[in-house]
Amino acid sequence: MRAALADGEDNPLMRRRLAQRRVSKHRNGIFWYILRDAPSALLRTMVVAGLVLVMQATTSTPALAYMAYVTNEKGNSISVIDLDKLEVVKTAKVGQRPRGIVLNKEGTQIFICAGDDDTINIVDAKTLQIIGDLPSGPDPELLILSPDGKLVYLSNENDNLVTMVDIDTRKVVGEIPVGVEPEGMALSPDGKILVNTSETTNMAHLIDPQKKEIIANILVGARPRFAQFTPDGSELWVSAEVGGTISVIDPAKHEVKQKIEFAIPGLPKEAIQPIGIRISRDGKTAFVALGPANRVAVIDTATKQVTKYLLVGQRVWQLAFTPDEKYLLSTNGVSNDVSVIDVAGLKVVKSIPVGSFPWGVAVSPR
Amino acid sequence: MLFGRYVCACIAAIALYGARPFGFSYAQPAQTPAMSIAVGVLRTAHSKETISILEIPPDNDLLAGAELGLEDNKTTGKFINQKFTLKDRKLAEGEDAAEAVRNFASDGIHLIIADLPAAQLLAAADAGKATNTLLFNASAPDDRLREEDCRANVFHTAPTRSMLADGLAEYLIWKQWRRCFLVFGSHSEDALFADAIRRSAKKFGAKIVAERLYQDTGGGRRSDSGSVQTQRQMPVLTQNVPAYDVLVAADENDVFAGYLPYRTWDPRPVAGSGGLKPVSWDATHEQWGAAQLQNRFYRLFKRSMNARDNQAWMAMRVIGEAVTRTHSNDPAKLHEFLVGPDFSFAAFKGQRLTLRSWNLQVRQPILLGDGRSIVSVSPQEGFLHQTSELDTLGYDKPETKCVLR
Repeated sequence: MRAALADGEDNPLMRRRLAQRRVSKHRNGIFWYILRDAPSALLRTMVVAGLVLVMQATTSTPALAYMAYVTNEKGNSISVIDLDKLEVVKTAKVGQRPRGIVLNKEGTQIFICAGDDDTINIVDAKTLQIIGDLPSGPDPELLILSPDGKLVYLSNENDNLVTMVDIDTRKVVGEIPVGVEPEGMALSPDGKILVNTSETTNMAHLIDPQKKEIIANILVGARPRFAQFTPDGSELWVSAEVGGTISVIDPAKHEVKQKIEFAIPGLPKEAIQPIGIRISRDGKTAFVALGPANRVAVIDTATKQVTKYLLVGQRVWQLAFTPDEKYLLSTNGVSNDVSVIDVAGLKVVKSIPVGSFPWGVAVSPR
Repeated sequence: MLFGRYVCACIAAIALYGARPFGFSYAQPAQTPAMSIAVGVLRTAHSKETISILEIPPDNDLLAGAELGLEDNKTTGKFINQKFTLKDRKLAEGEDAAEAVRNFASDGIHLIIADLPAAQLLAAADAGKATNTLLFNASAPDDRLREEDCRANVFHTAPTRSMLADGLAEYLIWKQWRRCFLVFGSHSEDALFADAIRRSAKKFGAKIVAERLYQDTGGGRRSDSGSVQTQRQMPVLTQNVPAYDVLVAADENDVFAGYLPYRTWDPRPVAGSGGLKPVSWDATHEQWGAAQLQNRFYRLFKRSMNARDNQAWMAMRVIGEAVTRTHSNDPAKLHEFLVGPDFSFAAFKGQRLTLRSWNLQVRQPILLGDGRSIVSVSPQEGFLHQTSELDTLGYDKPETKCVLR
């Protein structure tokens, strides 16, 4: 080391660089001056403490950072991502084959479908400990909460049922028979229409959650996976994994009014498999995860045209916005990572390695 | 628009039954009778002589798959007022398949899932032409049924031998196991499968370094001390062969291939009819939601779903999909939809399945399994095609000899 330095000092170029560095250090100001040259240890300590305080004040967001919770289907765990640092800060064990995930409104509890355990894990968002289970029936896959946060609506793939569970009493309060392999779940913004999609029946079932009755059955593309209302409730979007389309449904008229198709140069049609859908709060832009096409499609909701395909990780599955809609996160099952999409810039800004086979993602409100 | 009416009818039905809990039976609108779709299953017996007792065909072989497909179709049908039914007909030795097709037709059944050997399937197809019947071949792997002997009223959910052999060959190439030792049986089917393997080797650049025939001398597969003999026979069968990477066996009647793994003279992997098998389906397949289909099947029949079951399930789902999308039970309309550009269906294979319009063969990935798990799924990465990578498997459009009529 010393030899190298000595060599360096013999080198005129190196000498100039070292001189520049010394100058710039002095330019850094009084803190550096005191730190290096202050006469007493006490003064040095005070300055360091002051510095730490200043740094805390300017970067006080970590405590308030949005946290993303990602279910790792094969890892039997959730990865917690700090969305300021854009990195995984914790990993916690949960039930087997975790897939669907939602947070309560307060962001204090996480509900996770543990498919192979035939249960819903309730996880404390702070401690990441499982604090309880909800009866779910066999193989729960996706779930949503009622607007008042009191009920969980979930789909049971093995039983052709939509199940309603009261969170407080942990009892099943309703079961609605639907098509074969129910999966996608959605609720209209006014809470009056509950939607379930059945993968082998290829239908969106519109359900009255109060009466617990089916209102309408609407045929969509093959293997419907996910359903999402536009923020104003005027449209219901349903993705068809195998059909390769999005059916845009008029929920009042109970009919498909448009089908959105995708085409990516160089990719066979079979590889384009729409799964997760998210629509921006202003209702203008929709994002659709395209599975093994490894892309998220950006759609102008007014024209229903795809405006961009964003390259993300492999087998992109579900999506979630941060509450400020600065970022959109995508879970990429095969590449074991989460892509972070800058929503305003429509750019993928980071890939965050998570657990094995990330599937679902939910973001805390604070 | 027709569908809108069904929905309205459903709402009317719900309104009528008001306070009663919703059940499928209540969804039947009183004003329009349900459309009925009757499907026949026409089967022949398969040999129960198998090397592994796990593979002895059950009595409801293939039929069970059709029945599960029927259940799936019924669930959909209940929502849109379509009633699916199934009639099973098992032919005894020497019975005429053509006659059975005519009998089905006189019962109003014009959609038939067939489990027939090639010659009988052709006879059934030609009889079906006169009765306006569509057949769905759910078992015969013969390429000629999709090539020189193809028929306009026969759809194929079973993969061909060339598709199976190509699916295997792509994987062997991916593994760099290019030197193959081909051992084939003495039955006519074995000769056809051996031909398919030779064709695949040539197509993908593998080399068959040696070939050997295993003569079926008859006799039962099981005895109390059978392993003692096979342990001595299989090394003898496979010794003095030029250096090779993998033994590929063509033995569709399950005479010897099942004995080859762990018993070859040289320690080499076995593929084809034994060891690593290319199949349309296997009881161990669970990817892409397949576990759900396996579970539904097991719950109904208390056994695992085999490839023929799955091919029949696919046939039933193809019918269901066509009926649901066209709102018709007219075979001509269903045919028109199935050969059209809009048809695709889901079958737990990781991608949509479509039809080769030139010979009515369902495109499908080929699973490679050893009976304990799925080792790989072809098409393999890097085997490209201008329209569908699935068309790297089997005879492709430019080389087809099929003229549909």
